[in-house]
Amino acid sequence: MKSLHIKDVTMTFNVPGGEDVHALEHVSLDLKPGELVSVLGPSGCGKSTLLNIIAGFLSPTAGEVTLEDERITGPSSERAVVVNGPSAERGMVFQQGALFEWMTVEKNIAFGPKMAGKPKAEIAATVERLLSVVGLEDFAKKSVYELSGGMQQRVALARCLANDPEVILMDEPLGALDALTREKMQGLVLKLWKETGKTIILITHSVEEALLLGERLIVMAPRPGRIEKEFHLPFAELGLEKTPREVKGMPEFVENRDKILTMIWEMEEDIMGYKEPAA
Amino acid sequence: MSEKKNPSNLAVWLGIADNSFTRQKTVKFGDASAVNSGRAYGLITIFAVFLLWWLATSLEWIKPIYWPSFSAVGTRLEILLSEGFRNITLWDHIGISVYRVLSGVFYGAIIGIPLGLAMGLSSVARGMFDPLVEFIRPIPPLALIPLIILWFGIDEFAKIFLLFLASLFIMTISARAGVSSVRISKVHAAYSLGATKFQVLRLVILPNALPEIFTGLRTSMGVCWGTVVAAELVAADRGVGSMIMIAKNFLQTDTVVIGIFIIGIIGFSIEILMRLLEKKLIPWRGKG
Ligand SMILES: Nc1ncnc2c1ncn2[C@@H]1O[C@H](COP(=O)(O)OP(=O)(O)O)[C@@H](O)[C@H]1O
Ligand SMILES: [Mg+2]
Repeated sequence: MKSLHIKDVTMTFNVPGGEDVHALEHVSLDLKPGELVSVLGPSGCGKSTLLNIIAGFLSPTAGEVTLEDERITGPSSERAVVVNGPSAERGMVFQQGALFEWMTVEKNIAFGPKMAGKPKAEIAATVERLLSVVGLEDFAKKSVYELSGGMQQRVALARCLANDPEVILMDEPLGALDALTREKMQGLVLKLWKETGKTIILITHSVEEALLLGERLIVMAPRPGRIEKEFHLPFAELGLEKTPREVKGMPEFVENRDKILTMIWEMEEDIMGYKEPAA
Repeated sequence: MSEKKNPSNLAVWLGIADNSFTRQKTVKFGDASAVNSGRAYGLITIFAVFLLWWLATSLEWIKPIYWPSFSAVGTRLEILLSEGFRNITLWDHIGISVYRVLSGVFYGAIIGIPLGLAMGLSSVARGMFDPLVEFIRPIPPLALIPLIILWFGIDEFAKIFLLFLASLFIMTISARAGVSSVRISKVHAAYSLGATKFQVLRLVILPNALPEIFTGLRTSMGVCWGTVVAAELVAADRGVGSMIMIAKNFLQTDTVVIGIFIIGIIGFSIEILMRLLEKKLIPWRGKG
């Protein structure tokens, strides 16, 4: 397994006829193989930009990202992506589902191995294994648009594992789900992490989710986008034995959640330049 | 609490009673989804039109040369079905018109779809063809008829060429729109799963563009149907359009009216058929 190095990455968007957007400034981060890192921050602080640079969809204005010693210059099946957050495209905000809705569940999961030119029998075995990992054995032949949002994200998770990637990049993968489904899926993400031992970066705007799904929690701040603080947390590890619900009820968890919430609250007041009116 | 009695299925179908969807609503004026089919009134309209027709012809408010009676239309239809019109059966007249439309749309699609995809995917193709497409797009195909007659005369090729042009630009534009409607997240996903450019085109962009392309086909069919009839009015000895034009010269108003009905019915059928086909072929439409 390979380690990921983000070295002094700066990203400036030149907006024609507008001010430059400093989406990221001097961001550095090193990930050991098998780490689970969550990234938290107010919207617009450059989380998706950072993820897109790691995925190889954007090339940074300065700095570089390397996987082991190899510089990232474009997308590759070594780095799988799962997205479901809002994204701005051509001036409009879309919910970015990335499943192929014209294919069945099975075909979606088989897509990666097929591109890699794997033999048919091996692809079939991989698909079957992953279907059972995410609990969708009975839905192999269904079209993805027939599934609920939660099940669709199960397909997305299975699909991203099919190529046995080095790193999995998740941009608000559970953002569009209702609270109950979301909690179940958090459990599934932890289970996948435990079973596969993959390096995972997970972006979220939920403090609870960031605490639960990060051995390391990176808090980012906007304008310019940067890493503000880092926490090392025991909850992901604990979540391997306990359910998400149990972990979230632990006094330490509640304490940490409040601490980080307060921090983000103050950060927003500082940076956004507004004060909540006194009660 | 007073129980509301459910209206009969017939009343609901006729649109004179609220259906199960609109029944619970208290705010109806201004809520477009609460406006039901009103089929009963549609039937009344149809009945009224036929009644007016019957009265106007049987009481001789209108001369047969301007509008035929029911019986004249009936007899003429029988003749058309048994003997045809000018030695060509009615089915052949319809068939040739439909054949022209299908050929035109076929060639338009064969050239237009790759062209539109290329314009959506490459700056070179977009730059090269954009001026042409933008210039020719607002020209109604009918305005090209004189030029096409000058070039190719009035044989079969000339008509199919005209229809080809009519559908070409619609297909090009819809394929281009199809490409730009592809969510970038899906393209990214495919590359991250190891797809090559060609695989992204074949497995992601093409299926994603299909709904738009299909809409283009449907529009093409409609426009070409209108264009073929008009082209046949100008220059043809076969086809539904030519049939009504020639019939007019012989003051056969009943044939003209029958022809107009046929044109309407076929145009409508094409639309319905394409919608059914779309549902069958692209069930994922709008569900990404
Ligand atoms: N392609 C782009 N062009 C211009 N500005 C962009 C572009 N992509 C992102 N931005 C801007 O960069 C900032 C960070 O965006 P993003 O990484 O999407 O934030 P987050 O995911 O944390 O909400 C935002 O202010 C956004 O408007
Ligand atoms: Mg984002």
